[in-house]
Amino acid sequence: MIPSNLTYKRASSIDDALALLKEYGDDARLLAGGHSLIPALKLRLNEYDYLIDISKIPELKSISEEQGHIVIGAGVTHGEIVNSSLLKDKLSFFPEAADLIGDVQVRNMGTIGGSVVHADPAADWPALLLAAEAVITIKGESGSRDVSAEDFFLGLFQTAVEDGEMLTSIKIPISANTKSKYQKFMQPASRFAIVGCAALLTIENGTCSKARIAYAGVSAKPFRDKKVEAALEGKAFNADQIASAASLAAEGVSIMSDHFASEAYRLQMTKVFTKRTLEAIL
Amino acid sequence: MKVSVNVNGRQVDRDIEDRTLLVHFLREDLNLTGTHVGCDTSGCGACTVLLNGNAVKSCTLLAAQVDGEKITTIEGLSNGELHPLQEGFKEEHGLQCGFCTPGMIMTSADLLSRNKQPNEQEIREALEGNFCRCTGYHNIVRAVKYAAEKMT
Ligand SMILES: Cc1cc2nc3c(=O)[nH]c(=O)nc-3n(C[C@H](O)[C@H](O)[C@H](O)COP(=O)(O)OP(=O)(O)OC[C@H]3O[C@@H](n4cnc5c(N)ncnc54)[C@H](O)[C@@H]3O)c2cc1C
Ligand code: FES
Ligand code: FES
Repeated sequence: MIPSNLTYKRASSIDDALALLKEYGDDARLLAGGHSLIPALKLRLNEYDYLIDISKIPELKSISEEQGHIVIGAGVTHGEIVNSSLLKDKLSFFPEAADLIGDVQVRNMGTIGGSVVHADPAADWPALLLAAEAVITIKGESGSRDVSAEDFFLGLFQTAVEDGEMLTSIKIPISANTKSKYQKFMQPASRFAIVGCAALLTIENGTCSKARIAYAGVSAKPFRDKKVEAALEGKAFNADQIASAASLAAEGVSIMSDHFASEAYRLQMTKVFTKRTLEAIL
Repeated sequence: MKVSVNVNGRQVDRDIEDRTLLVHFLREDLNLTGTHVGCDTSGCGACTVLLNGNAVKSCTLLAAQVDGEKITTIEGLSNGELHPLQEGFKEEHGLQCGFCTPGMIMTSADLLSRNKQPNEQEIREALEGNFCRCTGYHNIVRAVKYAAEKMT
């Protein structure tokens, strides 16, 4: 299988990429790691006359700490996140989750920005961005804008990124006394999430003062479960509390059903993986 | 478009269609048929090569993406003698039909470049993206262990 005819362009900077996007409009698509886009082009699910390769843009490749935030460039690969000592230290569920994406070959190519913009319902990063209350920076012709993760994911393969725009970086606030974990029930061949649970908790003197729990793979749109969060907040963080909070998971949510897992099974696995994720923090 | 790629230490310049996949560039333009096409859908790892030392699936990259970069295929893993990984697969019976073997070896080369003494679990995890329909994997794990020992 080969993609339909196309012209390959390599962007040297963010502004160069935006200029190319403007020039070619709907006929063009950005190419990052290509690990969602190229399989789709090969299957002829998509056809574009121009691919604008953004993977060599230095501005998109850094992971840094700035004024209480971690900033991850859109072009950072999953593999670079696995190996980042800054992230292992400050935001440990990011490297943990990255290590569960696909396989080493996929992690060597795929980028966090590409995954987030693609917004596959079974992708892992959306759940982590929601739990970490990330802010996503999008740049277009008229400048940059910041969108909260909560407002970014709109639905199946749909995000707040509009035509002519690109995601440039992801900013995550860092606070004291937090613990985080990501666990997933994975499709055994592709390793995509059937259920992925991301949890970021603030725990002070044995009490959970803040809980952020979000899911991938469960619904067409990644979501935070505020009922589970409320069941943990302000209470002692212990096994009983975890069990009762986990039993509330994904109630009232529209749950996906496919050949890997029926709706009822996915709902049950969501509760199981909520419990396991929280127990791993305990 | 014109691409210039360092393949197995040799600079190659070719004029190709922009949509050419890396695996076809290697097999058809350069006659390096050691890199196999298995699933052609990014799953099986038979097409794995090293891009600047990192294992990647060459059926899921355009040759254009590696313009100016360094590619190593199974043919370039060693010059002349068998690489310890190749020797390991031979000694430990790490293959039956051999279709998956080039990919297995290239992914293992990536692993051994990061982790000189991987344990069994680490080897199995590193090879998650490489499928073998014949061996049941046990001897593949032994082959990688053999190479790790030989290389220290
Ligand atoms: C075998 C296999 C297994 C996988 N397993 C998993 C898994 O377990 N979990 C998981 O989460 N994912 C998985 N993936 C998907 C993988 O993580 C992809 O790399 C990722 O979804 C897309 O990132 P990319 O950099 O490859 O993007 P590309 O494929 O290059 O691009 C994807 C889309 O995003 C757009 N885009 C890319 N970057 C930007 C940007 N900066 N701004 C605006 N638009 C942009 C592109 O135009 C395109 O439409 C798997 C993929 C494969 C092939
Ligand atoms: S042929 Fe490339 S992964 Fe199977
Ligand atoms: S030896 Fe036949 S597929 Fe692995």
